[in-house]
Amino acid sequence: MQLYLPIADIPVNVFLILAMGAAVGFVSGMFGIGGGFLMTPLLIFVGIAPAVAVASVASHIAASSFSGAISYWRRRAIDPLLAAVLLIGGTIGTALGVWTFTLLRSLGQLDLMIALSYVILLTTVGGLMFWEGLRAMLRARRGGPVARRKPGSHGWIHGLPLKLRFKRSKIYLSVIPVIAVGLVIGFIGAVMGIGGGFILVPLMIYVLRVPTSTVIGTSMVLTLVTMVFATLLHAVTNHLVDAVLALILMIGGVTGAQFGARAGQKIRGEHLRLLLGLLVLAVGVRFAIELVIRPEDLFTIRETGGAG
Amino acid sequence: MIARAPLTLAGLALGAALAASPAQAERLIVSVSNHRVTVTPNYSGEELVLFGSVEKDAQTPASRTNYDLVVTVSGPRADMVTRRKERRFGIWINTDSRQFLKVPSYLALFSNRPYDAIASPEVQRRQQLGLNNVLLTQRVGPDYADVVPEDAFRSAFIRLRSEHRLYRENTSAVTFLTPTLFRTGIPLPGEVPIGTYDVEIKLFADGALVTRTETAFEIVKVGFEQFIATTARQNGLAYGLVTAFMALMTGWMASIVFRKD
Repeated sequence: MQLYLPIADIPVNVFLILAMGAAVGFVSGMFGIGGGFLMTPLLIFVGIAPAVAVASVASHIAASSFSGAISYWRRRAIDPLLAAVLLIGGTIGTALGVWTFTLLRSLGQLDLMIALSYVILLTTVGGLMFWEGLRAMLRARRGGPVARRKPGSHGWIHGLPLKLRFKRSKIYLSVIPVIAVGLVIGFIGAVMGIGGGFILVPLMIYVLRVPTSTVIGTSMVLTLVTMVFATLLHAVTNHLVDAVLALILMIGGVTGAQFGARAGQKIRGEHLRLLLGLLVLAVGVRFAIELVIRPEDLFTIRETGGAG
Repeated sequence: MIARAPLTLAGLALGAALAASPAQAERLIVSVSNHRVTVTPNYSGEELVLFGSVEKDAQTPASRTNYDLVVTVSGPRADMVTRRKERRFGIWINTDSRQFLKVPSYLALFSNRPYDAIASPEVQRRQQLGLNNVLLTQRVGPDYADVVPEDAFRSAFIRLRSEHRLYRENTSAVTFLTPTLFRTGIPLPGEVPIGTYDVEIKLFADGALVTRTETAFEIVKVGFEQFIATTARQNGLAYGLVTAFMALMTGWMASIVFRKD
């Protein structure tokens, strides 16, 4: 069934977009990530202009993370205090990121910077998560005790002042690293145009030592708030949010996210981390290949303005 | 070059003679099947038909019977950049680029037979017959100019636009139903931009331009499509708020629909 999108200005197959929304929604519900780094390239592949794709994906992510967040909230798997402190850092980071983005664009080569940071970030984060998940799995397989690091054995982060008790997560932690993590995510998100959930989840697990039970739900709250603001910002500044496209993506996305969240709860923590690591690594490698292999077409066209 | 000089002179002389005589020997009468293509949710492109006839009058040389036609359809103009990737430090990055200024976002050239059979290369170039001869202004440093058809950026630009079916040419698309009555289809795939399209029809006889005429059609959004597009542009904040609210509602509905516990 063909449908003409009013802002993207092209006809698309509704079922294809629905299926794409559902697939990405499943992944995002399962791992507690936004999935923007998967959805945006898919939409561009279908023929939607990159700017419209980025702007419309924001509202799609808002919808699927909200539906995911609700089901995690019912399972008491969200730490509201942790989410709030992360958001403070996230807001500052976003502002810094937007400023850096403008600076980089004035210097030129922004595309290359984005592609390179994608590769470095995704392969590093993905590789580390995959390696860690693999080791945890092997340890479990060997029958030995799953040697989680003893609490308090990682010095300096716990030596920081301004400690706060995050009850739901059962951790007692200084707000400084939490705000710092939020700041990094906000910054990366604004510069690279992604929600940053796939970096937030490992950062929360490995740096903040938040238990896996509350990590995903809490990260979803952060994604939700960021993406609602991103939608508003895109709608006000460049008028490129395609509500029709967004609605189709949302319907597919929330459905997928529900099943994803359920699947995620069934899978063991280390398996989940292994899978997410593999996924992030795969996307990173794909970007790397794109940079290294001779492109099929050396030329690209981009519209830069004029009478439209 | 030397061999072509007399031809050029002949062409110029003919052109001057035509310009001098106030009454033209032929007149073109054309019409497009639809002057206003409306975009509705189920729009997925359209094919228009251009009809026309060559009207002769007393001044028309009796011997003139074989006419040639070239139809140029050009969509709304926009600035575009073509970039070329090169390998630097082991990775492929955009190194060089050319800006094309106010070039048609859609361009279609149709004729009844190959351009070489219609006119000399000189006339082809001057009358912009064919994608190779159409004027595509580039900014090269501080200068504004079109370049030779073999230019790498120019040919890449045309090739990429053609791959998206936005630039096309067909030298057998115009059909003469009678010696003076002709028709051609104008295919508009769903991806073509919204806006005003100019159609220019040039009539050739004996290798020279006889007369030309213009018509136009527009592609416009109506109803729902138009409402969404104008709201997004004029009430950005309200539009964003509604979209964000829609996202939250969709998410909430899903969690109710799929609630099992």
